[in-house]
Amino acid sequence: MQQLPQSTGLGFKPEHFRDIMAASHSIGFYEVHAENYMGDGGAAHAMLRALRADHALSIHGVGLSIGGAGGLDADHLARLRKLTDHYQPESFSEHLAWSSHGAAWLNDLLPLPYTDETLATICVHIDQVQEVLGRRMLLENPATYVTFASSTWSETDFLTEITRRTGCGLLLDVNNVFVSATNHRFDARAYLAAFPLEAVGEIHLAGHDCEDLPSGALLIDSHGARVADPVWALYAEVLARTGPLPTLIEWDNDVPEFATLLSEAKRAQSLLERTGKDRPYAA
Amino acid sequence: MPPEGHSAIERAFHAALWAADFPAGLTAPDPSEVTQRFKVYRNNVQHSLTRALGARFPVIEHLVGPAFFAALARAFIAVAPPRDPVLLYWGADFAAFLEHFPPVAHLPYLPDVARLEYARGQASHAADADPVAPEALSAAQPEALRLTLHPSVTLFTSPLPTVQIWRAHQPDARRAPITSGPDHALIARRPDFSVIVEPLDAGTHAVLTALHQGEPLGPAAGHADPTPALTLLLRHGLIIATGGSE
Repeated sequence: MQQLPQSTGLGFKPEHFRDIMAASHSIGFYEVHAENYMGDGGAAHAMLRALRADHALSIHGVGLSIGGAGGLDADHLARLRKLTDHYQPESFSEHLAWSSHGAAWLNDLLPLPYTDETLATICVHIDQVQEVLGRRMLLENPATYVTFASSTWSETDFLTEITRRTGCGLLLDVNNVFVSATNHRFDARAYLAAFPLEAVGEIHLAGHDCEDLPSGALLIDSHGARVADPVWALYAEVLARTGPLPTLIEWDNDVPEFATLLSEAKRAQSLLERTGKDRPYAA
Repeated sequence: MPPEGHSAIERAFHAALWAADFPAGLTAPDPSEVTQRFKVYRNNVQHSLTRALGARFPVIEHLVGPAFFAALARAFIAVAPPRDPVLLYWGADFAAFLEHFPPVAHLPYLPDVARLEYARGQASHAADADPVAPEALSAAQPEALRLTLHPSVTLFTSPLPTVQIWRAHQPDARRAPITSGPDHALIARRPDFSVIVEPLDAGTHAVLTALHQGEPLGPAAGHADPTPALTLLLRHGLIIATGGSE
């Protein structure tokens, strides 16, 4: 199976379609949210077909609720299979989170405790996804605002064990690491030192918002701003250890002009190219 | 006693998203801040679902104002939350909800505006199908033609001036006096992917409805002069087959 190129990608926004088609840009791949392309037809599919014709593609799911206590929605999984069969993306990824409860869909990525029980459930879910889709998936680390008293695993050990049991890869969201580290007052570098980087198949970079709590900052994973400087610094440190990796700039809210996304992509690309010169490509 | 086990923890977390309290079993470096931290999830869920509903029903939001719309969305979500991560289909029940929601009883046209907006949304994601060439209508016996219309087509009708109200709330609307209903419209997606809401007179609406239901052109033309209907269908590329001409 093809892989995403070790270069910079952008989250595709329909409002940028004309800009993307009007000129050639050095964008290595585009990423779309799977659930936005599950209608029968229309402009969404026409744009994705045109985009797919010229670019590598990452399909990023937000609807499977892999971290949920209940079973996966088999109908939704079947729709995902149809989508990945049709567009043959180089990568499929989902989240370590839950987003539906019973029959209700909550449209947000919610946190879960890290216990032996949740670990076993998530591994069953990931096995099922990989079996139905017939491909290896990437699982993304979350940005969180609370933790659970019942957790007995660290997030990095939990993710490592998931990759060991299921063979899935990881999507390392460096902004999520910084957001969670700030929110839970731990050291992002210590987290990254414990993160199983050899399993990472893609990196996400995004902007965040900041609220104030009496004890300090509470960062919100807003996907509505430029990537923050401390996140760029962490990203460069990750690349120094891994070599170049497919890297996505995510910007989902208050979407700016395409030129702004291009300038963020350029900044990531320059770090990627510097990494490529400093050391050999990761295996 | 905090909930134990994955299911119980998830259930408590979910219940608290719609309540004033926060679930037991959550922690933070400063435990007194758990409430404020949990509020981020509560706000995200309510805000993102409200925005999804607002994206589907922008004229309803414009008519009642954003603050009232947020309260309306909250009440709707409580009784009819999305059941599917694909939000394209959410909101089919919104019109029925508005019909029975006392705070909007003084706006009797809201349910029909919601029906119109829902049909527009469905049109934009309906299956693709190529239009036939106009010559396909020049058969030896045109009255026997059974037209298949594009999957995006809805023939809309309301006893109220719903289409006029909807048009008055479009970004490029010009001020025009609103006359009493009924209003009729053809809602569909053109080959260029734009979705049209084309006002119709009662006769053209009757002809198009008959064609949409599979009546041959001859009987359909019995409702009114079929020329405006056929002109519209050809202009917008909405005839995808003309079976029955053999």
